[in-house]
Amino acid sequence: MDKPLTQNIKSGEEPLDLKAYEKAGGYRALKKALKMEPSEVTELVKESNLKGRGGAGFSTGLKWSFVPMGEDAPNQKYLICNADEMEPGTFKDRLLLEGDPHQIIEGMIISAYAIQAKVSYVFLRWAYKTSSKRIQKAINEAYEEGYLGKNILNSGFTLDMYIHTSVGRYMCGEETGLLNALEGKRANPRAKPPFPQVSGLFGKPTIVNNVETLSNVPHILNNGAQWFKDLSATGEGGTKMYGVSGKVKHPGVWELPLGTTMGEILNEHAGGMKDGLAFKGALPGGASTDFLVEEHMDLPMDYENVGKAGSRLGTGTLIVLDNETCPVGFVQNLEMFFAQESCGWCTPCRDGLPWVAKILKSIDDGHGKEEDLEILQGHTKKLGPGMTFCALAPGAMEPLQSALKYFREDFDKHITDQRCPWR
Amino acid sequence: MAKVNIDGKTYEVSGDKNMLEVALSHGYDLPYFCWHPEMDSVGACRQCAVKKYEDESDSEGQIVMSCMEGAVDGIRISIKDKEASDFRSGVIEWLMTNHPHDCPTCDEGGECHLQDMTVMCGHNYRRYNFNKRTFHNQNLGPCLNHEMNRCIQCYRCVRFYNDFAGGDDLKAMASKNRVYFGRHEEGTLESVFSGNLAEVCPTGVFTDKTLKKHYTRKWDFTNAPSICHHCSLGCNIIASERYGEVRRIQSRYNGAVNGYFICDRGRFGYEHLNDEKRIRYAFVRKDIKNHPEPVTLKEGMDAAKKAIRNSKGIIGIGSGRASLESNYALQKMVGMENFIQGVSAREKGLNDLAKELLKNHPGYIPSMREVAKSDAVLILGEDLINTAPMLGLYVRQATRNKGFEIAEKLDIPQWHDKAIREAAQDDLSPLFIITSKATKQDEIARRTANLAPQDIARLGFSVANKLTSASPAVQNLSQELDELATEIAKALQEAKNPLVISGTSLGERAILQATGNISQALGDKGGLSLVFKEANSLGMAMLGGYSLEQAYEKVDNGEADTVLILENDLYRFGNSNTLDKFFSKCSSIISVDYLVHNTSQKADVILPAGAFTETDGTMVNNEGRAQRYYQVHVPEGDITESWRLLSDLMESESLNVFDDFVQALTEDYPELTGITELTPPSTHRINGQKIPRASHRFSGRTAIDSDKDVNVPKPPEDPDSNLSFTMEGYQGQPPSSEIPFFWSPGWNSQQAINKYQIEVGGPLHDGDPGKTLFEGNGSGAYYSQIPEAFSSKDNSWLFVPMHHTFGSEQLSNHAPAVQERTPETALWVNDADSFETDSDNKLNINFQKHSIELPIKSDPSIPVGIILYPAGYEGVPALDLPAVIEKKK
Repeated sequence: MDKPLTQNIKSGEEPLDLKAYEKAGGYRALKKALKMEPSEVTELVKESNLKGRGGAGFSTGLKWSFVPMGEDAPNQKYLICNADEMEPGTFKDRLLLEGDPHQIIEGMIISAYAIQAKVSYVFLRWAYKTSSKRIQKAINEAYEEGYLGKNILNSGFTLDMYIHTSVGRYMCGEETGLLNALEGKRANPRAKPPFPQVSGLFGKPTIVNNVETLSNVPHILNNGAQWFKDLSATGEGGTKMYGVSGKVKHPGVWELPLGTTMGEILNEHAGGMKDGLAFKGALPGGASTDFLVEEHMDLPMDYENVGKAGSRLGTGTLIVLDNETCPVGFVQNLEMFFAQESCGWCTPCRDGLPWVAKILKSIDDGHGKEEDLEILQGHTKKLGPGMTFCALAPGAMEPLQSALKYFREDFDKHITDQRCPWR
Repeated sequence: MAKVNIDGKTYEVSGDKNMLEVALSHGYDLPYFCWHPEMDSVGACRQCAVKKYEDESDSEGQIVMSCMEGAVDGIRISIKDKEASDFRSGVIEWLMTNHPHDCPTCDEGGECHLQDMTVMCGHNYRRYNFNKRTFHNQNLGPCLNHEMNRCIQCYRCVRFYNDFAGGDDLKAMASKNRVYFGRHEEGTLESVFSGNLAEVCPTGVFTDKTLKKHYTRKWDFTNAPSICHHCSLGCNIIASERYGEVRRIQSRYNGAVNGYFICDRGRFGYEHLNDEKRIRYAFVRKDIKNHPEPVTLKEGMDAAKKAIRNSKGIIGIGSGRASLESNYALQKMVGMENFIQGVSAREKGLNDLAKELLKNHPGYIPSMREVAKSDAVLILGEDLINTAPMLGLYVRQATRNKGFEIAEKLDIPQWHDKAIREAAQDDLSPLFIITSKATKQDEIARRTANLAPQDIARLGFSVANKLTSASPAVQNLSQELDELATEIAKALQEAKNPLVISGTSLGERAILQATGNISQALGDKGGLSLVFKEANSLGMAMLGGYSLEQAYEKVDNGEADTVLILENDLYRFGNSNTLDKFFSKCSSIISVDYLVHNTSQKADVILPAGAFTETDGTMVNNEGRAQRYYQVHVPEGDITESWRLLSDLMESESLNVFDDFVQALTEDYPELTGITELTPPSTHRINGQKIPRASHRFSGRTAIDSDKDVNVPKPPEDPDSNLSFTMEGYQGQPPSSEIPFFWSPGWNSQQAINKYQIEVGGPLHDGDPGKTLFEGNGSGAYYSQIPEAFSSKDNSWLFVPMHHTFGSEQLSNHAPAVQERTPETALWVNDADSFETDSDNKLNINFQKHSIELPIKSDPSIPVGIILYPAGYEGVPALDLPAVIEKKK
């Protein structure tokens, strides 16, 4: 049981149906949870130290504990599974969505019970067609078996669950942009505070958790907080779905103890760099994280250690930069993506990112000017946290600011030679 | 109370504002775009960034948006901080990456908030070397110009248009740096508040299209503080003139009346002033067969005097859209017993009754902006968007009070607009709209009912009865209406500030009486707001006088043979056959007017009166607020203020300048005592100077007439006010009732209003102008005459008046932009297919001696058996409605 999240997933096979999932121990956790007080469920998850696997790494139990409970609490509350997975280079949730849909649904029902939500949504990335089919089938099965709907397992608890397919914008994956999208509005982010736990979907208390986060919940219920904490390599608890993309021998996604080193992930699980290529750097958790480089090979990939190294664990899916790929072009591609995905609400993001992307393209095309780097550097400050309305632009600045730090000579060479050395 | 610190200075503030408001209120120049004092904070533009410090020892601080920081006790911010000011300059730099550098040819240039903020932030040199993004513009109709390339995506337009004003045909579309604000397809913006976009937009995306036809820079205008004449609400406006033409109307901030906004009828109706049918000279009919011919003013006056001298008796017919002073002068001239109000007996009865209701009202009589504070509203018989649009706008805000309550429970600050709307969603304070057809505001109402006028009254009576048994019960009310009355009564009872709104537009006395009963039943906690048809209807009711029917009588029985009509087209109030007969019996007809219309065309002598921008005057709006408007410019021709013409006609020695009329009015009418305090007297000077109507940047001061005469003419003098017609005069802030334009160093746009308020969004420096003449705290008896219920009959229809923002008001009907937005003249019924029409699909009926032939259209919300008649439209006769018409056999 060192890989609880993926224990039921077999490559190339259909996921377990409800009966098979039950046979593998599924829905035991739900039955257990329904016998507990909602607050006890929250307390257990808080104790397990489960941190949000969507990227921000906030304590899941703590987040739940902000939801108003008791008789004075609003009648309507919502639980939302964020399955938008639009972060470039990230495909870990997809494995869980396609591979073990009942695990997610069970996690969602338990989580909804903990906050006493009556309605839940799976907010699904538009491109995940297979996931959509499999999740819908699993939801149908869960309704038939009485795990969803009115008076679940005679507990008095009622929950409905729906899939909402996103239209495919990066912003829809942002917690509050998602809420607006779900309400049928522009996917602009909302100001925090008020947090969704208090005023969320349709103005009601709402929890938005990532697929991987929710998938962990049944196992914590079954095995306890201490068991969960012991799973990790460092102290943060649990396993993590790590992924690798880029020019490695075996790109993919693996469930490993949280805190596995970058070197182990890259060399043992991804098989190291392709022959003839050298490692130059990697974005540890999707496109919106700072580069890690060779010196970080022994860095345990958990929230604290990656943070100390000046980056973020993010989604835990590494994008590898090799020595034959131009770092300027690499970053330019990312910034074009971010500029494209800006919702257009706040000025720095809307008008700053296109400028950054255009400068990077100009440098990459051999038209760079000395002052361009100053403008880029300025943007990494002016698009930083607090300056913008949400985290999109600060996230977009992370690969840029670290590229300017680690690969500065490559930028300089583009400008002095007026050409890309890799072209 | 909270102590806040800005750049080392401590201020004591109320604590319920945000730091941007506090900074602006204390005179700091802190730039902003997305924030608007009436629409609060959303934190989008990032322009108002400041440095915030944890405490005194914190020297690092962090950048925050001042509009998103509550003015909580102990907060410390710096505006001067270099990082913060660099960031603000950076925001401008970003906005400028795509903004066209077309200021010299842009209509907003010189009064552009973006220009002001750019200068304020000190961004000068362009570093962005790439192409700008470009958009296609849309034709948005006759009122607004659209130039999307200038857009800085502050979202104010959609926040005003959708969130604040309830429009749904202007949207933010697309994303990233291509967010587009427009309609889903080209076409006229539908909201009657669309014109405010020209002021809400911080740059030149939305500009006044009627101004474009005769464009003038802000600094070249001659302006005066004025009052809108296009409905009874008395919105404060600034009217601006150049080259003898009024070319623009803008809202003039009044914290108690209209706030920052006005409706499109008020903004674009001004073009009637430049209508080719304007009367600019005196006319006299030399012989009976011919048209009147232009003469000198003296000849005209002599002709009028002669007619009066030779008459057997004269009656004077006043006007609900003329000033108190003009009507008073007429009254003085003909004597009270010969003074006719210029409306039908029904209309006069309604106005008198409404006045009575206001006088007897035990609770409060809210100003428009106070209406927004009501937490339960009942509207009886008024389709506000069409009869009093701005009141409708503030009723809309009143429904948001539930949202503010929800927000408070969630600790969301009251200025946090988006968060409040997200938390509240569709949870609105109760609003009940009871009208004869569906209205544009039904979507925000808790319940609506569409009924015949007498049934609206019956429902109202029943509400009053549910509130107190002292008000008589309604017999045989349907169960449905009875339940509705119970629900309404409950909502009004539970509210802290319940409000009932009604008016005269449906012509039904019983509706007002039912309203009176509710007003009495609610006691001192209730609010009462009544809507009249004309700008000075209530003022007229306060002056007294008789109805048109009594004028007919006086001529019929030989008491009078001469009639003087003041600024009025009687054909809008009386039956045209009766009026034709009436005029044929008069030996002399004198019209003092500014527009050629059916009545002035009958006149033997026409004297050229000043339209509202060519005269001073006082009017009393629907809440009983007396307000002064000022002459804007000296018009070409012999145009003269009506009160002056009338004073000259009667050769009065005591009534010479405007202040004489005001003084005399208060002596004769104690009810009007307050009107001498509306503004400083004409003798008032500041530092020995008058207040200039033109800005100090006015160009061509000495050259403007040099094509006619190289000698600089002496500027006209204004004996009637302490305003001068030129740029010379006192350059500081004028008294709040006399603000001809908003301008402050560094603040060239309308946003300079911030500098004229005690605190932003609050009252003007020395109080909001105007004086309320009705204080509430009255009491009255319950009306007991409850009408019979309406029942649809096989052999007759009930004709009911229907009003439209564009089409039902005479003056604005002469404005091309309003004409273009006027819907087709038609009769509206529940199901047009059930009517027998002629081959053109028109219904042909004879009614009240008129032959009416109009297209007929369906609106399923209209009760069966009722025909809605387009009241006040050009080319349709005035009918005395509501009335029953027998079907043709």
